[in-house]
Amino acid sequence: MQRELLKFALFAALVLVVAPLYFQGGYILNVLVFVGINTMLAIGLNLLLGFAGQISLGQAAFYGLGAYVSAILTTTHGFNPWLAMIFAALAIGALAFVIGFPILKLKGHYLAMATLGFGIIVYIVINEYVDLTGGPSGFPGIPNLSIGSFSFDSDMKNYYLIWGATLGVMLLAINLARSRIGRALRAIHDSEVAAQVLGINARLLKVQIFACSAMISSLAGSLYAHYITFVSPSTFGFHFSVELLTMVVIGGLGSIYGSFLGATLITLLPEILRTFHDYDIIFYGALLMIMTIFLPGGLIQGGTLAWNFLRKSWGGKGGADA
Amino acid sequence: MNLTDQLTQYILSGLSTGAIYALIGLGFAIIYNSTGIINFAQGEFVMFGGMLGVYFFHKQGLALPIAFLLAVVVTALCGVIFERFAIRPLRRPTPMNMVIITIGGSIFLRGVAMIAWGKDTHVLPTFSGDEPISFAGATLLPQHLWIFAITILLIIGTKLFFSHTISGKAMSACAVNRRAAGLVGIDVRRMIMFSFILSSAIGAMAGIIIAPLTMTSYDVGVMLGLKGFCAAIIGGMSSGLPTVIGGLLLGVLESLGAGFSSGYKDAVAFVILLLILFFRPQGLFSRGSSERV
Repeated sequence: MQRELLKFALFAALVLVVAPLYFQGGYILNVLVFVGINTMLAIGLNLLLGFAGQISLGQAAFYGLGAYVSAILTTTHGFNPWLAMIFAALAIGALAFVIGFPILKLKGHYLAMATLGFGIIVYIVINEYVDLTGGPSGFPGIPNLSIGSFSFDSDMKNYYLIWGATLGVMLLAINLARSRIGRALRAIHDSEVAAQVLGINARLLKVQIFACSAMISSLAGSLYAHYITFVSPSTFGFHFSVELLTMVVIGGLGSIYGSFLGATLITLLPEILRTFHDYDIIFYGALLMIMTIFLPGGLIQGGTLAWNFLRKSWGGKGGADA
Repeated sequence: MNLTDQLTQYILSGLSTGAIYALIGLGFAIIYNSTGIINFAQGEFVMFGGMLGVYFFHKQGLALPIAFLLAVVVTALCGVIFERFAIRPLRRPTPMNMVIITIGGSIFLRGVAMIAWGKDTHVLPTFSGDEPISFAGATLLPQHLWIFAITILLIIGTKLFFSHTISGKAMSACAVNRRAAGLVGIDVRRMIMFSFILSSAIGAMAGIIIAPLTMTSYDVGVMLGLKGFCAAIIGGMSSGLPTVIGGLLLGVLESLGAGFSSGYKDAVAFVILLLILFFRPQGLFSRGSSERV
């Protein structure tokens, strides 16, 4: 645990001190804020997918619901943004809890399709319920978050706000992984029947982690809405659920820092591939397939393998604790 | 137009889209039964069929029947390549890996189509004119009849294939138990390959016969694929009649739903999907079986 905390502190220092000093505002900082939001979302999905082994292709729906609930409550009804954010997370967590029971009874492909169906229904409702959401043309004029007279209105301020929240979620996930619940989730991942035989209430636990991941997504959605001050349905479609899945898989299932790596890569990729324009969709698809076939453990595993290989070839004996 | 006529109209047009869903659903079921994989790229085969049809007809100036045939053959070839290079290399397939790989494959294929043929929507001419036909107070296009005819032929064809040919029977055996099928000397790998050929070809045909009515573009595959999957789920993943009935049912319900509110039309299929998955995951027409641990 000590080593784990040290690793986390090092990471937090890197994110909160080094990165903002290095990229004094501007475009890159804006991209890094999105890395933060996506890391949070990827960790939320990773809790479900990497720990409990339950796939969800509807994460974008929770993200979108969080953003829209925050937007509507603050802008249309004049709620305090912080209150609206908490309310959104609780309401969406409750929703996920309720639909979680029938959905998580399903397994494998069926689970994938059910969550996907849910995601598409939410997307259609956001698009069609124009009176409430503004429909396809979007929802403008969402206020920035503020404490007293201090408003989070610049990229730099939002960088700290959003990365603060993301680091909080990371810490939560790291602790969760090493707790009794984390072990129970991994047991469910390996064999649900065996876990139940050991006295784990698998059904309830799966639903709880589903709700927890929905709440994290909702929180990310609220932060996004208050940062950009504009939301539109196209951000929260099926392709974003797939993008999130890609982040988690490419980073490494069940690895918190892997989710960060995956989110960073997928967020930066469009910026890097900008010169290739439309070809990035092909690259995406190929990456997803190649990674699953050749490196099912993700970037994190790839990094560990490479590190052990280097140590072995230079140190002669090494690789003892691999 | 009175209410009954309107209803007939909705049901007839629902049946024709339903026939398309049925064909796509059959494609899902055939692959699922021989491999245990839900092929998320199934919709892309449908899109490829339509787009290749457009390409061979408009760009290469071939006669429609030849364009049709070529489009089906090339799509089937894509199915083989996809199976060989994306599905087979996986050493330890789990449902999750397969979901991710086939999603990756579908994104890849969509990207290829986008780059090859652009983002525009394309249209194929109807197979035999646009003269509307009156039928029981509703109007039909000749293309609707083509859709019904080709669907019926394909369904009878697959039925005969599965029950009367050695390969078809071998594939059915794989569906029941892959390992046992392997033990009695069936080349399971080849059967998996066959199932990809068959379902991509059927998907391609569905894509071509619907293209004159709904137009086609590089991104039509997602929705068509998902709705085809709904059809297969309603039919309990059977590669026969239940899936066909599931497709027709879905088409009609969707068409009636569109009569009430066109914006929520697409949601109908997914609400049905969720309801079926929640309450009757074994399909609408079969009894549940117990789970093996």
